[in-house]
Amino acid sequence: MADPMRIRAQATNGNILVRVLMSHEMETGQRRDGAGKVIPIWHITNVSAAHNGKEVFSAEWGAGVSKNPFLQFTIKGGKAGDKVAVTWKDNKGDSRTDEAVVS
Amino acid sequence: MQTRRLTLKQGGLAATVMAAGLLPTMPAHAFNKTAFEGKSLAEVLKALGAGAASASADVTLTAPDIAENGAVVPMGVATGLAGVKSLLLLVEKNPNVLVAKFDANPSIESNFTTRAKMGQSSDVYAVAIMSDGRALFAKKEVKVTLGGCGG
Repeated sequence: MADPMRIRAQATNGNILVRVLMSHEMETGQRRDGAGKVIPIWHITNVSAAHNGKEVFSAEWGAGVSKNPFLQFTIKGGKAGDKVAVTWKDNKGDSRTDEAVVS
Repeated sequence: MQTRRLTLKQGGLAATVMAAGLLPTMPAHAFNKTAFEGKSLAEVLKALGAGAASASADVTLTAPDIAENGAVVPMGVATGLAGVKSLLLLVEKNPNVLVAKFDANPSIESNFTTRAKMGQSSDVYAVAIMSDGRALFAKKEVKVTLGGCGG
């Protein structure tokens, strides 16, 4: 199981600003190890987020997203105390969901 | 003996079983492999079913002029247009140009920021794919002083 995400969700001007730091290698499949073997591609393919249980955000990512990816988006409406859950899934089938309370 | 009443009963049972078979499913998150393996903007747009791209002032790309570290280049895409289906970030000279595809949703603002890897100095594209298949883009050249593909 991968390390937890760091999610910061802040209520600003009636919206929720969500910032997420995920912990993932995001290996491109272009690099080679010391023995000259290609390091297999390993990256997050799908990211989604739910606001109080309703899915509001979804994205597809390629290997071009940086290691330990950062993501920022804004949910329209919402207030402090709401719940924001973020889920990612990688190309090896691993996934992780973390939830944060809006502050 | 098959009475009309019995037939109705059996039919009702079959309908119940069928309804139970339609379990609530989570929205399926597909991954468009063809698009992410595209080697050029045109290939990516074709894989996503969008038409040729045209430049637009309504799409905003946020990216630095000079990125000191190509492994971590902050970039964002935003648009105020209505009827956007998805927003893309692409780095033209990366081996696979498409970095990220964000789906627009009425519940969120069409404004996304992330960090991308860049192998070398390149044009970066922010593309908005509209519901009618049009593709609008903004581009900016980002100079990289240290590549992101080194070991």
